[in-house]
Amino acid sequence: MDIEEYIASGTLELYVFGLLTEDENREVKKIADEHQTVQAEILSIEKAVINLSHVVSPHLSSANYEKIRQQLIVKHSGESGVIQMQPKRGMAPYLGWAAAVVLMFGLALQYYKYNEANEQVRSVTAERSKFEQLTASLQQKNAKNETALNVLRDKASNVVPLAGQAVAPQAYATVYVNKDKNEIYVDISGLPKAPEGKVYQVWALKLDPLTPTSIGILSDATNTSGVFKVDNNNGAQAFGITLEPAGGSKSPTLDQLYTLGKV
Amino acid sequence: MTQEELLEQIYKKDGKAFTALYDMYSKSLYGVIFNLLKDKEESEDVLQEVFVKIWKNIDSYNDSKGRFFTWILNIARNSAIDKLRSKGHKNSSKNLSSDNFVHILDHNTSVVNKIDAIGIKEFISKLKPKCIRLIDLLFFKGYTQQEASEELEIPLGTVKTQNRNCINDLRSYLQV
Repeated sequence: MDIEEYIASGTLELYVFGLLTEDENREVKKIADEHQTVQAEILSIEKAVINLSHVVSPHLSSANYEKIRQQLIVKHSGESGVIQMQPKRGMAPYLGWAAAVVLMFGLALQYYKYNEANEQVRSVTAERSKFEQLTASLQQKNAKNETALNVLRDKASNVVPLAGQAVAPQAYATVYVNKDKNEIYVDISGLPKAPEGKVYQVWALKLDPLTPTSIGILSDATNTSGVFKVDNNNGAQAFGITLEPAGGSKSPTLDQLYTLGKV
Repeated sequence: MTQEELLEQIYKKDGKAFTALYDMYSKSLYGVIFNLLKDKEESEDVLQEVFVKIWKNIDSYNDSKGRFFTWILNIARNSAIDKLRSKGHKNSSKNLSSDNFVHILDHNTSVVNKIDAIGIKEFISKLKPKCIRLIDLLFFKGYTQQEASEELEIPLGTVKTQNRNCINDLRSYLQV
């Protein structure tokens, strides 16, 4: 291609004026990329018409710039793909940043305080629920003791003392049989503490022939009074307490008989 | 700043790029828009519209579409022509070609521009009347070669080269 001829054809002027088709535009761009003289020619033509239109333009007040800027900030700053605006001059942006920093600190402080207060509320709540549980269990225990005490005090209660046997001669226990209420309580505060993995089991005995019937396994760890309610058993002639493996046994382990007493 | 440097700023999403863009091209685009509308207030409205359009669509520009200036020139011309054709415009569309950019000089009222205008008038007066009409139609008003040849009653085949010669004259006066 004769570059001089190409430049002289006037195509580059139309290119700058925006009067060529898309295909023609691409063609010019390609040639300009390959030939520095073509590129330089395009820049000169462009400079000439920019200057011409610039000098014939009426006075343009600077208020226009501010108006456009405002429009862009208001309408388009939130849209994607649109470049964020920066004011031309002034302290305003710095004040904005300063305010933002102050606000951030304020928010952080508030957030910290809020968390702290939340933490306090949480721990107070936990504390309270612990106390509530404790109170409830104390009330429960108290009610049990109250009932037990009532049985013990009841005139209708038949008191059966159980004496220590060969395994534990010092041990003792008491059975309270209340015929009115059909309830039996046993007080084992005189027995040594059951070793780990063992429990005391209470037996109602008929003597002729000797027939033991389990009326209770005393494994309630929360019971601190030593008074247990056991199953009722009409016609028991004697009561015995043996030490049995945890969970109790079907028949008493007689060599572990701690106490025994006749009605 | 060159156009390439400006575009680099724009692509880097530099916040100052808009100011640079406005400083570089607002007067030229205003000149083009005013030459079509002949009304300062309307032209200012269109100019604002044009810069908003440019900024909103700037990501869609690439240099395979032509020069950046050409791209924004098209936006300005098309927006002004749309305004001209819209209902209730003060000037009838028939008058589109009856006036040209030389007359803009008579509309200038500011003192600063009047002083400028003397120098500009002198410089414009060096341009041949034929060139003023041709540049006015092709550059300022965006006429096709066909339309310009009919309007000026010159052979279609000579529009391109005549325009080339006129721009060469302009370049020698401006020394660019």
